[in-house]
Amino acid sequence: MFLQQVVNGLIIGGVYALFALGFTLIFGIHKIMNLAHGGIFMTGAFIGLYSVQAGLPIWVAFILAMIGAGLVSVIIEVTAFRRLRQSGEVEFSALISSIGANLVLVSIAQILSRTQVLRFPFDTFPIIIFSFWGLRVSALQLAIALLALVLVGVMSWYLYKTAFGRQVRAVAQNERAALLSGIRPGAIYFQTFMLSGMLAGAAGVLVGLAFNSIHFMMGDPFLLRGFVVVILGGLGSVAGALVASLGFGVLQTLSIAYLSASLSDIIIFGLLFVVLLLRPNGLFGKDEAGVLRGRR
Amino acid sequence: MLLSIDDIHASYSGIRALDGVSLHIAKGEMVALIGPNGAGKSTLLNCISGIVTPTAGSIKVEGVELVRKPARAISRMGVLQSPEGRQVLPDMSVLENLMVGANALHGRAPTHDLGDVYRLFPILDERREQMAGSLSGGQQQMLAIGRALMGGPNILLLDEPSLGLAPVIVQQVFDALARLRQDGMTILLVEQNARKALQFSDRAYVIEHGRVVTQGSSSELAHNDDILAHYMGTGGH
Repeated sequence: MFLQQVVNGLIIGGVYALFALGFTLIFGIHKIMNLAHGGIFMTGAFIGLYSVQAGLPIWVAFILAMIGAGLVSVIIEVTAFRRLRQSGEVEFSALISSIGANLVLVSIAQILSRTQVLRFPFDTFPIIIFSFWGLRVSALQLAIALLALVLVGVMSWYLYKTAFGRQVRAVAQNERAALLSGIRPGAIYFQTFMLSGMLAGAAGVLVGLAFNSIHFMMGDPFLLRGFVVVILGGLGSVAGALVASLGFGVLQTLSIAYLSASLSDIIIFGLLFVVLLLRPNGLFGKDEAGVLRGRR
Repeated sequence: MLLSIDDIHASYSGIRALDGVSLHIAKGEMVALIGPNGAGKSTLLNCISGIVTPTAGSIKVEGVELVRKPARAISRMGVLQSPEGRQVLPDMSVLENLMVGANALHGRAPTHDLGDVYRLFPILDERREQMAGSLSGGQQQMLAIGRALMGGPNILLLDEPSLGLAPVIVQQVFDALARLRQDGMTILLVEQNARKALQFSDRAYVIEHGRVVTQGSSSELAHNDDILAHYMGTGGH
């Protein structure tokens, strides 16, 4: 059943990718380590859950969760980061500010859920199992894989193939040069935080469905894994985050299946250290000069 | 007057950078702004571009006040700068850098298309798919000028285009500027290389300690040995 575990791992990896891409997007473009990303992800799961409980179909709930989480992300940008950015030294202060924003989100969710683990109703997603080539894949798993693929694809296309994406990358590389070319950085910040939040919200609903568990602390372990994925892939690298997410998902699933659940974190963090020893800037990271240039 | 700067004052970090500078440029003129390091030349360009907000004074382009307008609005009016240190987008291709420049058009008709820029700087055509960060300093300078041209400039502001370039490359850059001027482009050129700047411009202002100390036609200033010796120091050969 090795192949089955690989497939399961790839699907979980797809969800990690959705989570990590939004995180790496904000870091790569705005140099902000957004520790509220886990909270935004959790908010997406809650919005999805409450929408389903209100009687909406799951696909509507999914879209609402993406939009809602995107808006929360934008609100955090405006309230927690914008003023700090104007003061110049944004990197450290934004880190602290994002911890605060995360606490606010987590506390609201804790009050709303009365500190309980919530679940989607039993029939939220039709339970259909496809069997082929000796594999068993559920319709939910297929949907997750498909959505992750589509969302990651759309985001890459947006960033690298459209005029808007070109403006986003211009602001990322040199905000002053972008300004001199008539680009409005404020509009770019709005777009990237919206996009990042939408990806996190999508990941939140998918994780809530896949593990059938939604609770106010669900963002924390993902934030940690998101860190690992982003560092493994190379900070700010979209392709790196994608490859690292899928690899992470497979490795985690395999180590749980063949070794033990408690060993999985040891293996993954051990691997992180090995990769960092060999390639300090991650698998797809820029060379030393590139990283420095990016931070300047 | 296309550009009218009247009694502009500016300071940053508590240092008075500009202390009542006035400067006027007619359409189609190429005007040089020369003076020693720290005289306030770049600050003046950044006041025009809206990156530095003057504390007093007026900057008008075709009668429209620029002071307190946001930088993006000023660039969208066609007041376009090739900034000091080129400031190309290092991880984007030459072509993408030029396309970013076209953002400043914002609905205005372009003055230069990709073909025009490539004719002016053929090396950019050869390197169009190359990342801008891997270009030489001279090529980056050409790209920075090309990027500004793609934004449909009414007036081109150039900050130290010769800085750090080999003499043969400096000549190439200035030859391109001469062609732009022939085609009727209005240019404000900030330079430390005074001889080169005076050789290629119509008029020049000499500024020092944030004030205009002298001004006149470039050919007159170029033959005034006192001025060259006193204000330019090692300005160029």
